[in-house]
Amino acid sequence: MRHLLSTGDLDRDEATLILDTATELAQVGDRSVKKLPTLRGRTVVNLFYEDSTRTRTSFELAAKRLSADVINFSAKGSSVSKGESLKDTALTLQAMGADGVVIRHSASGAAHRLANWVDGSVLNAGDGTHEHPTQALLDAFTMRARLGRLEGLRVAVVGDILHSRVARSNVLLLTTLGAHVTLVAPPTLLPVSVHTWPCEVSYDLDRVLPETDVVMMLRVQAERMRDSFFPSVREYSRNYGLDGERLGRMPAEAIVMHPGPMVRGMEISAEVADSPRCTVTEQVANGVSLRMAVLYLLLGGS
Amino acid sequence: MHARKPTRDDDGIVAPEGTRAVLDGNEINRALTRIAHEVLERTKGGQEVTLLGIPSRGVPLARRLARRIERVEDLSVPTGSLDITMYRDDLRLAPARALGRTEIPAGGLDDRVVVLVDDVLFSGRTVRAALDALGDLGRPRAVQLAVLVDRGHRELPIRADYVGKNLPTSLRESVTVQLDEIDGHDAVLLGPSRTSPSTTLASGTRPGSLQRPETTEGDA
Amino acid sequence: MPENQGPYLIRGARPLGGDPVDLLLEDGRIAAIDPDPAATEGAEVIDAEGLIALPGLVDLHTHLREPGREDAETVASGSRAAAMGGYTAVHAMANTDPVADTAGVVEQVWRLGREAGYCDVHPVGAVTVGLAGRQLSEIGAMADSAAGVRVFSDDGICVSDALLMRRALEYVKAFDGVIAQHAQEPRLTEGAQMNEGCVSDRLGLPGWPAVAEEAIIARDCLLAQHVGSRLHVCHVSTQGSVDIIRWAKERGCDVTAEVTPHHLLLTDDLVESYDPVYKVNPPLRTAEDVQALRAGLADGTIDIVATDHAPHPAEAKETEWSTAAMGMIGLETALGVVHKTMVETGLLTWEQVADRMSAAPARIGRLDGHGRELAVGEPANIVLYDPAAPVDVDGAAMVGKSGNTPFRGMSLPGRIVATFLRGTATVLEGKIK
Repeated sequence: MRHLLSTGDLDRDEATLILDTATELAQVGDRSVKKLPTLRGRTVVNLFYEDSTRTRTSFELAAKRLSADVINFSAKGSSVSKGESLKDTALTLQAMGADGVVIRHSASGAAHRLANWVDGSVLNAGDGTHEHPTQALLDAFTMRARLGRLEGLRVAVVGDILHSRVARSNVLLLTTLGAHVTLVAPPTLLPVSVHTWPCEVSYDLDRVLPETDVVMMLRVQAERMRDSFFPSVREYSRNYGLDGERLGRMPAEAIVMHPGPMVRGMEISAEVADSPRCTVTEQVANGVSLRMAVLYLLLGGS
Repeated sequence: MHARKPTRDDDGIVAPEGTRAVLDGNEINRALTRIAHEVLERTKGGQEVTLLGIPSRGVPLARRLARRIERVEDLSVPTGSLDITMYRDDLRLAPARALGRTEIPAGGLDDRVVVLVDDVLFSGRTVRAALDALGDLGRPRAVQLAVLVDRGHRELPIRADYVGKNLPTSLRESVTVQLDEIDGHDAVLLGPSRTSPSTTLASGTRPGSLQRPETTEGDA
Repeated sequence: MPENQGPYLIRGARPLGGDPVDLLLEDGRIAAIDPDPAATEGAEVIDAEGLIALPGLVDLHTHLREPGREDAETVASGSRAAAMGGYTAVHAMANTDPVADTAGVVEQVWRLGREAGYCDVHPVGAVTVGLAGRQLSEIGAMADSAAGVRVFSDDGICVSDALLMRRALEYVKAFDGVIAQHAQEPRLTEGAQMNEGCVSDRLGLPGWPAVAEEAIIARDCLLAQHVGSRLHVCHVSTQGSVDIIRWAKERGCDVTAEVTPHHLLLTDDLVESYDPVYKVNPPLRTAEDVQALRAGLADGTIDIVATDHAPHPAEAKETEWSTAAMGMIGLETALGVVHKTMVETGLLTWEQVADRMSAAPARIGRLDGHGRELAVGEPANIVLYDPAAPVDVDGAAMVGKSGNTPFRGMSLPGRIVATFLRGTATVLEGKIK
């Protein structure tokens, strides 16, 4: 494994190795010295073309816990905002000796392109509406930690599938790991070829919930309403929002996940967001361990 | 490291062709029993002892030692494991390896006499890594080292406090410890090495794979 | 400007793939076929044994970028690339800067083509002012200009306003012009990056549905028939489009259509690399579409092959996919791709290739001096093609200014050996003159 661009590139053994490694590294957060010397002398660049304090901080903390030098290179206030091309930026990072580049970009495929231009490892931290592999991995990690397994787990992903890189990465990864995924959304927010994906599709959240171990709610941006993907927030929320009553219809052990940031009152009610069955903060904590695992596996070896 | 055809020697140990058993199961048992007694003696009754096995084969050895100590003295010995992968100095010589388990017994390591347990003492680099790892986990009162086999060729100023067997070897040889818990039987095998010591450091993993180490050889 | 004007004696070429003959080119015309040896004295002899002779190719759809983007291509460099591909006439699309929407701009392009002298450059006039889709440009003035424009197109942008399209179709009837429509329903393709389907959904790239092309083609065919005008459909790319055009022709609509070499060969799964060299408008489609396009070209539903040669400088393609420019170069590889996709597959004969790449496009563009038979007295516009000389495509080796060829790294089955424009060799021994 040289880059992490798509969860589709991971086979079951590789994905499991990442999760197992993250399980071990999770202990580091509980120690008195929350640091390992593993990536001493290695340089990790956070190349963020989109604002995402959450993901950038998570990667930064993960890299620092492994003793890597971290450079944050954000699109604002740098040559990037002056029109420098991604390729020129890549060559600059290359000249600086970056061993790993974590890239967040609004263009699908930006991480793939970058991987052609730099010698170091490229970690896709979200590219357009394509993929967000570490998010899917930390989601799988959280499911496994909470429910003890992934094989046979029934996972419903609900919301704006069409524009969601989290959904794409999760469908590929969870399927590889033996879970059963059902995508739930109004037809307008599903890709036209979704029937060819290795998952089920439903337009009816209420029918899916009673047979679901994990429900993953995706953010729905209000601008989708302006583009006629659905008529109103009220109607969306009535049909596809998760409230306390709907949560009550799920199996007792079932958990609620959300990659954040949540839009309370749209896809998730405050009651559900704050419930102990909602794993949002666990997902954030697990994100650090998971990203440590990925950084170690990509940069720790030869 | 194993030659193709296994041969069965007098003790019924399956030794791959080109290798020979230098310790059989009974000898390993006796060595561990002796080490257990030595630990009790040196630590004045073992009340403060915590055993930490270094994965993979140090871990069952630590458990066996704990059982023996508990049999002699009526006390419970905190036993755990300490993976040193993240502290290795040769990580960049091979693809990233899978991590072993680190399990620190409840109560932690502060003010304990930590006995590190490993199967083979070779260059000393594993122990160096283990000492670094321990420093990040707590502040033991003392750290000691128990090994089943000391094969010499130290590259660092490190020595074992307890040794099952001193085994003079050539750098062209390999030492493989097999334990019932992992390999289905107990034996220490001596055989030819195909690689130089500096590269055997990385031989815990197959090149290009992310497999867990299968033999102890070169765990140093 | 190429200067070697012959006379030439082409020995043993096979016209349209038929039996070998000798062709004498003199004074810009085919002076004789199998001439009397006495008549050939002083002529430069070209050994053409095994080579296929076709009438000089005619491209109805070329972007020469001048004026405005001379870093990507100029009229001179683009017409050299055309000659290298066996073309003797090209139609230069109007989306230049300034847009070719006045007599002044089209005459400038036409003049630059004459000065370069590698092929006849016929400017295409814009349908609407600035390609803005609001107001007809001075179509009549362009038709009456020295450039004698007959083909009008807002290519790159669809004339999506139905009423404006109707008016344009009607207006060009006065001088037998044709509207070449870039069929792309704009609302259905807002932000679109590639063919909408399995690949786009997986790659997270906004999709470009086939229906956005097909709906406009259907509408325009009905409009053209209603007003009794000529319609030409640019770069047909979907199976549905082929079906609609077949239907329209059956009911008597005067519609013609083109397909590009890249749509005859490449499919959208190439986008998985996110390499923008495969980014093009209309997008690469599926294997089923490619089969339908080949069948359509074979049965005449699609009349011609047009390159949509769209040069871009390297920096326009060495970016992330969504910011990269759309378009591929195609002049220098067109005949090889048609050979590979249509002739080697048995779908077209060389005679039909001559029709689809020379006679039919000349007819649509109303070019009298091109696309004619290889007969005595005809203008000596001829290409000699070696069908047994495979070439490995290399963008850096192109004669044109830009190297954005999607066929790079591929092997094409043959190569252009010589091109003659009215008896003047523009390419000889596979090299531009």
